[in-house]
Amino acid sequence: MTSARPTAPPGTPGPAANGTRRPAPRAGVPSEQQDTALQAPLRPDAPRPTHVDPEPATGAQSLVRALEAVGCEVVFGIPGGAILPAYDPLFDSTLLRHVLVRHEQGAGHAATGYAQATGRVGVCIATSGPGATNLVTPLADAMLDSVPVVAITGQVGRKLIGTDAFQEADICGITLPITKHNMLVTDPADIPRAITEAFHIASTGRPGPVLVDLPKDVLQAQTTFSWPVETRLPGYRPTTRPHSKQIREAARLIGEARRPVLYVGGGVIKAEASTELADLADETGAPVVTTLMARGAFPDGHRQNLGMPGMHGTVAAVAAMQKADLLVALGARFDDRVTGDLSTFAPEAKIVHADIDPAEIGKNRPADVPIVGDAREVITELTSALRGARDGRDARHERLRPWWEQLETWRQTFPLGYDDPADGTLSPEYVIERIGAIAGPDAIYAAGVGQHQMWAAQFISYEKPRTWLNSGGAGTMGYGVPAAMGAKVGCPDTTVWCIDGDGCFQMTNQELATCAIEGIPIKVAVINNGNLGMVRQWQTLFYEERYSNTELGTHKHRVPDFVMLAEALGCEGLRCESKDDVDRVVQQAMSINDRPVVIDFTVGADAQVWPMVAAGTGNDQIMAARNIRPLFDDPEAVQADEVSRADHPVDGEEPAR
Amino acid sequence: MTHHTLSVLVEDKPGVLARISGLFSRRGYNIQSLAVGPTEEEGISRMTICVTVDEFPLEQVTKQLNKLVHVIKIVELEPTTSVQRELVMMKVRADASVRSQVLEVTQMFRAKVVDVSPEAVTVEATGTEDKLAALRRMLEPYGIREIVQSGMVALARGPRSIAAHHR
Repeated sequence: MTSARPTAPPGTPGPAANGTRRPAPRAGVPSEQQDTALQAPLRPDAPRPTHVDPEPATGAQSLVRALEAVGCEVVFGIPGGAILPAYDPLFDSTLLRHVLVRHEQGAGHAATGYAQATGRVGVCIATSGPGATNLVTPLADAMLDSVPVVAITGQVGRKLIGTDAFQEADICGITLPITKHNMLVTDPADIPRAITEAFHIASTGRPGPVLVDLPKDVLQAQTTFSWPVETRLPGYRPTTRPHSKQIREAARLIGEARRPVLYVGGGVIKAEASTELADLADETGAPVVTTLMARGAFPDGHRQNLGMPGMHGTVAAVAAMQKADLLVALGARFDDRVTGDLSTFAPEAKIVHADIDPAEIGKNRPADVPIVGDAREVITELTSALRGARDGRDARHERLRPWWEQLETWRQTFPLGYDDPADGTLSPEYVIERIGAIAGPDAIYAAGVGQHQMWAAQFISYEKPRTWLNSGGAGTMGYGVPAAMGAKVGCPDTTVWCIDGDGCFQMTNQELATCAIEGIPIKVAVINNGNLGMVRQWQTLFYEERYSNTELGTHKHRVPDFVMLAEALGCEGLRCESKDDVDRVVQQAMSINDRPVVIDFTVGADAQVWPMVAAGTGNDQIMAARNIRPLFDDPEAVQADEVSRADHPVDGEEPAR
Repeated sequence: MTHHTLSVLVEDKPGVLARISGLFSRRGYNIQSLAVGPTEEEGISRMTICVTVDEFPLEQVTKQLNKLVHVIKIVELEPTTSVQRELVMMKVRADASVRSQVLEVTQMFRAKVVDVSPEAVTVEATGTEDKLAALRRMLEPYGIREIVQSGMVALARGPRSIAAHHR
């Protein structure tokens, strides 16, 4: 037996109780906050078992040991009846840190934030029934953003399944369409294999969430634990090596293109391909656009980066795609928020579409050259194919000179910008820009969803991958605080900012109590405009300024008072209401590292996110500011009421909240 | 909209049917017929799914079906290059006065009588959709008390196996 740590029979106290070990602080927690006298001290860097011969264990012990062996360091969760057996051996684990959240949704988003910041699999635990259903939103979120997350849920005992027992929910049935895979484990002997497969499926191919549902009596049953275990997944074989013929064809198109654009999506970050992308960009000389999920995949400071494409992208990025003769999509999926009206999207462009998920290729826009493969391998092979081509790098750069002249014109004529509010209120864009400038490119920024998210994507310069976390696909309000918490747990030495809105913040701020108690000093900037800002913007533009149910009262009534709320949650609460104070308050927040900080930035309510492609319209109708359409050649259409009619959203289109 | 027959090799696991049908139902498509059974390999089942959808969304559904962890292989079977069969059992009202006529129809369709009682006979037939529909039209005048029909099963013609690549 080569198990790394002794096993105790069920029911015996943990190792700390016998007096041979003293409790030590959990990572990052001031010692006076420790009251877990029986809890085993954490030794996360201790060697993990690589081989364990079969030995007796309960299902719960088997679960914890499998999590340890598979390399898991942190789990975010909250116990309850059905999952309770798993919490007992968890108490003894010296390798797993458990972060006790206040709501299961927080656990799910924290696991997502952890995974997005570190590249490792994020793990969350919940009990059966309502505990499990509270994970539904974060799992759907992780599914749409392809984040490797493993959710472990308790389930009622096997004999009770299907009887509408107390706290029973068919969580496998419920999460079937919003997980990459899920499984109900009915045999305790299968637990190590289920965990191995869950981690494997979550983290390989196109990453995604996997849920493992464990009935209570399966956790309690006696079984044997051994490691490693063989996976049995005959139907799961992700393609990572691209087809060489397709690579040659793509390289040929790149070599011939006069107006190419590298359309970079979140897959490049997931594949850890930023370095390779920089080489490809250099070899081609082509402009790069980074989608909302790919901010940071290519440095914003790089001359070839035109910024973000899409509904609130830069004019240069949107225009480049519209006028391109070749789009090279790398780990991107032609999302409707990027393409606008599909029939008028990039009408002259041939499409090279590389993605690890074959179901994405040709889904929204037919591909002239489809490439199935891992983004890093695709990019590496494309670069080497170009290096072997007849034309060299300099010839390619020379050929793109007229294209760059056009791109620079767009970039210089329509840079991202904003005006200070005429009413003298604080500009939200300015606040976000200053946070980015002061915290710098080494910090991690997690956003909620809405106007503040778009401004954070636009006005912070991202120079490195995994520094920008947001809910891109699902648009989950409330993602920010728990995701920042997860990121900070994964990257304790990195400054982590949550850029949140007053609407989003009120959905998940209870996790600040978790941050305060567990020693997770994140910094939260509440961009408080007193409203559901993005919805209000749509009401301004498309609903004749009829502000139906978007005023939250966080200005008018100061309910809640975010400073008092922050302090009640164990955080430092600060407020900033004027431009002159912004730098000082941000600096003050930067200097506080022993507890979380919340800043209530009271900003104007009328600021809008520009540029904008209104829902249902084509990208050619991008407005640099209200009614200014640089790509639309009809001068009459620029008149205000014409525009508001033409841009009225089609039925079924929703703002991003 | 055209008619399509998909043959799907899957792992024989709980929930696999729900995962597959979910990819059709989320788009509002109706599965016309579905047949599942064991294969020559233990633990592997084969489904035959008949749907009427446009070519393009079907291609997308097929790609997404292929992503399911328990799905091993999918092929679309064309009517001209595959053998397609359904099985039907019909309970036909047939007392002594018309029984011989019912039996005559049964023989014409190379169907079999699998149960008989003084008032009714149960006829079993296999064949293509067209043939079974014709049999039904011929027996309807006597009074059909109930019908049960299987989903279509289909196999490609020629020596190759769907599983050849998978093994």
